[in-house]
Parts: sequence; structure tokens; C-alpha cells
Amino acid sequence: MIKAVIIDDEPLAVSIVKDYLRDYKDVTVLEECSNGFEGVKAITEHQPDIVFLDVQMPKINGFEMLELIDEPPHIIFTTAFDEYALKAFEANTVDYLLKPFSKERFDKAMQKWMEKKAESNENVTKELIESVAKQPEEHLRVVVKQGSNIRILPVQEIHYFEAYDDYVKIHTADNTFLKKKTMAYFEKTLYTSGFVRVHRSFIVQLSQITRIEPMGKDSHVALLKSGVRVSLSKSGYSRLREVLGL
Amino acid sequence: MFTGPFKYKNALFVYIGGWLALGGIHNMILWSVGFSYGLSAIDSLINNGLLAAECLAISNTLKYYRPGKGRTLTLTLWTFALAGICVFISWWALSSIYEGNAEYIEFLNESLPVRYAISLLILGWFVMLSWIWYYLQTQQAEGSRKADMEKLAKEAELVNLRQQLQPHFLFNSLNSINALISSKPEEARRMTQQLSDFLRGTLKKDEQKPVTLQEELNHLKLYLDIEKVRFGHRLNTNINSEATSLEMKIPPLLLQPVVENAIKFGLYDTLDAITIDILSKVEGQMLVVIVKNPFDPETAHPKKGTGFGLDSIKRRLHLLFGRTDLLHTSASDNIFTTTIEIPQSV
Repeated sequence: MIKAVIIDDEPLAVSIVKDYLRDYKDVTVLEECSNGFEGVKAITEHQPDIVFLDVQMPKINGFEMLELIDEPPHIIFTTAFDEYALKAFEANTVDYLLKPFSKERFDKAMQKWMEKKAESNENVTKELIESVAKQPEEHLRVVVKQGSNIRILPVQEIHYFEAYDDYVKIHTADNTFLKKKTMAYFEKTLYTSGFVRVHRSFIVQLSQITRIEPMGKDSHVALLKSGVRVSLSKSGYSRLREVLGL
Repeated sequence: MFTGPFKYKNALFVYIGGWLALGGIHNMILWSVGFSYGLSAIDSLINNGLLAAECLAISNTLKYYRPGKGRTLTLTLWTFALAGICVFISWWALSSIYEGNAEYIEFLNESLPVRYAISLLILGWFVMLSWIWYYLQTQQAEGSRKADMEKLAKEAELVNLRQQLQPHFLFNSLNSINALISSKPEEARRMTQQLSDFLRGTLKKDEQKPVTLQEELNHLKLYLDIEKVRFGHRLNTNINSEATSLEMKIPPLLLQPVVENAIKFGLYDTLDAITIDILSKVEGQMLVVIVKNPFDPETAHPKKGTGFGLDSIKRRLHLLFGRTDLLHTSASDNIFTTTIEIPQSV
């Protein structure tokens, strides 16, 4: 049996995938989800072989949902019109279906997937998530998992990011979260939202900095509103001065 | 600002060269008549120097002030007067310098009409040239302004068209129809009809011609019906209009983007079923339309900017009525409210 999950906030969009899947006797749709939260739950619970995933959905979009899953399954994206995502799809081997799609196009995607199924797909999906041009709303928030809860953090609430082995530790006023991402990723996506990479291990929100103090001969630390001190590297210090116009 | 002709090096050289030649000829004529070389040179210098200065003054004046078509008479009179002034000053200066030279004074007095005629000719010719120069510049500036405006209008039209076509809405609706065809062909047929009526409505509307609120609401209902098929039970709407407000005028296709915005933020910002409230009433000379949608205050930041995607509507209201205070938004608890006022010209 092949296990499938369909995630789309429009019920008719779910039903057309189900309709097309009727020819595939060995595929069983275990769950239909109408948003990313249900999607995370269903994927963790069922470990499906294939997931049909919409991009634009309530609260968190399809890419943000995938970020929350440790071992992303095989994905076939279904989307109506998405100038941000299309480029990434084309550059990657993951298939995507443009709504409205025909049965023939759907069959082709299924066939492509069957041939690829043997290969491990983890890297492919991860690569896609990293390389995807960000949706505009993703510059304004970060989606994190805390136990089984999903939190959407507006970027304003994040004080600083800290490198933490393979993870990035996200510090807010009263909490820390771990996310499996690279520092370079946050540096790039949050640059326009007022965050600056001040050190190999730190990205700080500018508005959180109250003072920059010298420490030792020629190194500096930034004092945050919360009282935390973040060390600045040489290049981080000059980048900070540049951004602040000093 | 316009560029004077003397900003161009070539024009300046021609100008200076022309005066030197003219001065030289003047000098030669007097000398051949029998006056001393020095006297001829001074006469030529004073006369032509004055003329050259007047020409520069004319060019500079015309740069900032050009009489309109009916005022060419003023310009002509000025030319006559300036020629007179030039001849008078040079006569006065020369006759005081060579007071004792009776032969020269007599010659000077006798040559006054000729001098006047030549001055008038040169000044008139120069006024005409300057006037044409600046006239062409005005035409050019006007032409590029017109081209700019046309370009702007075209761009606005394109943006407008793209907004109206809303590819996301269109493709998702077609996807829904595709899904309905096998399961509920009757509904698929109805939705095709609604989508066509809606699209036709957005295409044929004349931006400038206001419609009644009733007409605008009918168009809006088509849109809402399609969205309800797409989102199923998650989307509910509640339209509540004062009877008198239905006859009021509203620019066409103004409400649909507002409601679209409300639906987008209602549906994509919460997981539950939502209700969009649309209320209309009359207040004095104003038609007031209020659209309410739920949102999640923890993740959305409606206070940023105008809030959500309402900037284009604000701009349109400003273009139509010249006022920036016709659209306002407010957020309380988890309800986002958009209020639009439409002035009713009586």
C-alpha cells in the first residue's frame, strides 16, 4: 500500500486530487488536511510515501510547513500561480502541478515520482526549502515548533539568533526555540527586516541594541535591551557601524 | 527651465564673430568716408557695443518671459524703443566726445536715420530668432511632458488590468470547476456562468462612470458566490444595507478589492470559519461602506502602513475625489474594520 496525504485549504482542490488518484488502486489517501498545522500532524503520524501540498494556505504556507518536519516526505506541489515559488520548482527535481491541471499532467507527475521513489528524497526537499525564493510574508515571521505546538514568531519579537551546532537558537523575550536552519539563511532572509550578522554565531535585531561597548584591546560587545551581551566580531562590528551610519 | 542659446559654445562663437564682423564693417565705412581710424573705431565700438548688450538683454528676458500670441505688438514696440535708445545714447556719447569736430558732428546728425534703421533691423532680427528658439524649447518640453503622462496612464491601466484579472483567483476558480465537473456537473456549469459574468463585469466597467451601490453589490455577490464555492463552509458573508444607501453612487469595482482583501486576511490569518460583514448606510452627503473581517492580532500587524493591501484603493479614492481621508481602518480585539466614505455630488 502507498500512503498519501493531501494538504490544501480548498476542499474542491483536495477532491480533484482524490478523483485523479482513483486510478491508482494501491494508493490510499490516509488524511485530507486543510492547513499546515493539520499537515504536520498527519505527516508525523502517518509517515506518508507521497504528499500533495498546496503552497498558499492559512497561517503557514506549504514551505513553512515543510520546515517543521524533520524528515520531509516526497512532495508533489499543487499551486495556482506563484511567482515566488515557480523558479525554485523549476530548478529542483520535485514536481509541481499548476492548477488547474489535467489528468494527463497528474499521471506524468505520478510516473516521475514512482521512478524516483527509490532514491532518497530528503536532500532534494531540503534543498528546495533552502533555495526557494521567499514568499513575502516569510520576511516577517519565523515558524517554530515547541514540543508538539507550532508557534509563529513575528520577527519583531526575536531579539537575536545564535548558532547552535546544526541548529539555530532563536531568542525572544521569554523563550528560546531551536530551528534546523543555517545562520546564512537567516542572515539573507531577514536582512531587510532590521537584522544584522554581527558575529559568526550571532544575528541581532538592530532595535534591540542599546549600547556598543569596547571590550579588551580591540573587540566590542553589543548590549541588548534585555541585558544580554553579544560579542561582535571585527567584520561584524564594522558591518554594524555601517548599517547604523556611524 | 530653458537653456539659453549661449549655453552652446558654437552659438556663442557665431554671436561674437558676427559682432566683430559688423563692427569691422562699420569701422571700414567711416574710415573710407574720410574720418580718422581712431574715430571710426570708437564710433563703431560704442554703437555696436550697445546693440550687442541690448541683444543679450533681450535673449535673457525672453528666457523667462515670452509674450503670448496676442502680445507680439508689445514685442515690436519694445524693439522700436530699444533701437531708439541705442541710437540716442551713442549719439549723445559721441557728440560729447567729439564736440569740437564740426565735420563729424554734422555727419553724425545726418546719419541718425540710417543708424536707426540698421539698429532696428539687427534688433528685430535678433528678437525674432530668440523668440523662435524659446518657442521650440517650450514645444519640446510640452511634448515630453505629454509623453510622460501618456506613459504613466498606460502603466496605471496595465496595473489595473493585472489586478482585476487576479490570476490566483482565476486559476483556483478554474481548478474548482475542474473538480466539480465529474462530481457535480450542474454546479460546475453554474460556477462557470458566475465566473464569466464576474469577469465580463470587470472588463466592461467604465472607471469614470459611477454606478449605484445596488449594481456594485450585485457584482460583488458574483465574486462572493465563487469564493464560497472555493472555500466551502469556511467563508460566510453578511451583507446589510440601509435601503436608501442602495441608490447612492459609487465608483465601479471599488468594493470588490476591499472585500477581496478582507477575505484574504480573514481566511489566511485564521484556521476557523469566518464571517465577512459588509454594511452600508448614508451619513449626510456621504455613502458609508464598512467591511469587517476577523484576524489574528498575534501574527498579523494591521497597524503597519495603511494596513494590508489597501493602498491602491486609497490612491484611487484620492484620484477620484482629491481627498486622502476617505478610507480608514481600525482593529479591535480580532476584528479588522475598513471604512470607506464616498462623497455624493448632488
